[in-house]
Formats: sequence, structure tokens, C-alpha cells
Amino acid sequence: MIAAGEPAPDFTLRDQDGEKVSLSDYRGRKVLLVFYPMDFSPVCSDQLSIYQEVKPQIAARGVELVGISVDHGFAHKAFQERLGIDTRLLADFEPKGEVARAYGAYIERVGHANRSLVLVDEEGVVEWVHESPTPLEIPGANLIFDALASAGT
Amino acid sequence: MPPAGPEDHARGEGETLIVYADLACPHCAGAWLEICERPARVVFRHFPVASKHPRAPVLHAAAEAAGRQGRFFEMVDSIYVERGRVDDPHLWERAERLGLDLERFESERRSEAVRDRVRRDFESGIRAGVVGTPALFPGPAVA
Repeated sequence: MIAAGEPAPDFTLRDQDGEKVSLSDYRGRKVLLVFYPMDFSPVCSDQLSIYQEVKPQIAARGVELVGISVDHGFAHKAFQERLGIDTRLLADFEPKGEVARAYGAYIERVGHANRSLVLVDEEGVVEWVHESPTPLEIPGANLIFDALASAGT
Repeated sequence: MPPAGPEDHARGEGETLIVYADLACPHCAGAWLEICERPARVVFRHFPVASKHPRAPVLHAAAEAAGRQGRFFEMVDSIYVERGRVDDPHLWERAERLGLDLERFESERRSEAVRDRVRRDFESGIRAGVVGTPALFPGPAVA
């Protein structure tokens, strides 16, 4: 996984509405990249639902939340609607997993990203990284708040 | 995570078991009967995941309001055992069956105090790293 202090690789991916989104769009704000394996798998669903519940508090600390998986935008759209979430979901679809790979978050063996969080600061530098020991373990929202607190956000 | 205390909703005797649950969650409904059969002091903490279960906040408010008239666990049992009939008229039916003062139930379930109480439990769950429901934590003895 990429480490704190390293520059966050820029990327351009399409979101659930087909809009192009680049990491550099978030310059001047913090952004939390939430890498996750797949839409609709039971474990992912709880993770993004939980984060949705505290999204206002995360936003209040000046942090945008963005989900990234290898699913296509159409799946992302359906997933958003199914979960009732409005977190932007980016399609790391083609080339498959290229962005996850750039962050060291891609699991070649299974063809999808791991479950990790990468906090990028206002200047595009990685500030904090958390990688779940296993894809089944969902990082609690408390980890995000702890990371923001220690960053003085 | 705050240890079980006098403010908490607790039922039963034995080792403390803190349960963060969502009243609209099928997994919680399935687990609830089993949890209640354990020889434990079960502490129920509200954990409505509204984005996943839009009706959850209303159910938690209903349980909390029922609790203010001494029927917290009865309402929780009712909601878990008889799932699906949770529109307002059904909630009034349940409240009536429990012998609640309906007017008081109505005004309290819509009150900010009840909302805050539910939110407080939810926040403690977030701080404890709860990421799905039900989430069970053996707790230290009740203060």
C-alpha cells in the first residue's frame, strides 16, 4: 500500500453518473479514498452505509468521501440507489484496477481492490492509510475520526 | 465505548452483554430471540442505519418513547417478532396493545429529546467501531 508522505497518484475515473472525476479536482480539500472490493457484496454494503450515516460530520471537517472499486458506473449507480447513499463512487473499470494498483490496493489474484482507506491532504499528499487485515474486516468510522483528529482537522 | 450504566436499557440477569442493533435489520431480528435466551444482562443500544433502513429511525424513536412509559423491551420484542407492520397505524396498534398513553407516545416519539437519546447510542457505537448490526460486546459489570 502507498504510505503517508508519498504523493497521491493523480487519476481520472468516471463516477456513477458517467462524470469524469480527477483526484486533482480535490486540490485544496482533503479527500478520503475508500477502496473496496465490489458493489453489492454484503460486507461492502455495511461499510458504505455506516460512512453515509456520519458523512455530514466528515464533511464538516472539510473531507470529501469517495468510493473506488472495479465495478462499472452502471453498477455503482444501482448500488448507490440500493443502499440509499450519495457517496460518489468511481469506476476503476478500464484498465481494470489501474488506480487501485497505483495505490498498492489491488489484489491481482482475485481481480479487485482490497479494503483500504487513503486520506489525501489539500496538496495531494497521502496523509494517512489504513488497510484492512482481511477484506472481511470493515474499517470502523471511528478510525476515520481518529485519523482526522490526529491530523488536527 | 461507554460501559453499561443506569442510563442504558437493560434486561436480564448475568454477565453484561451490550448489543448495538437496528430495529429494521433482519439480521438483528433473527439474532434477537437467541440473544434474549442467553443468561445475560442484555443492554440494548440504538444503532439505526437510516440510509440502509429508512424506517429505522422511526422504529427506534417508537421504542425509546415506549421506554419512557416503561415498555422499552416490550416494544423492541414486538418490532422484532412481528416484522413488516411498522407504518404509523401499526405502531399505534402496538402502543395500544402495550397499554401506552397514545398521545404521550406520539408526542414523545417525535421529540428532540428522544432523537438525541437515540443519536447518543448511535454515536457511541460509531466510536466503538461498530460497522454492522447486530454488534455484540461483552461489557464490564453495570455501574
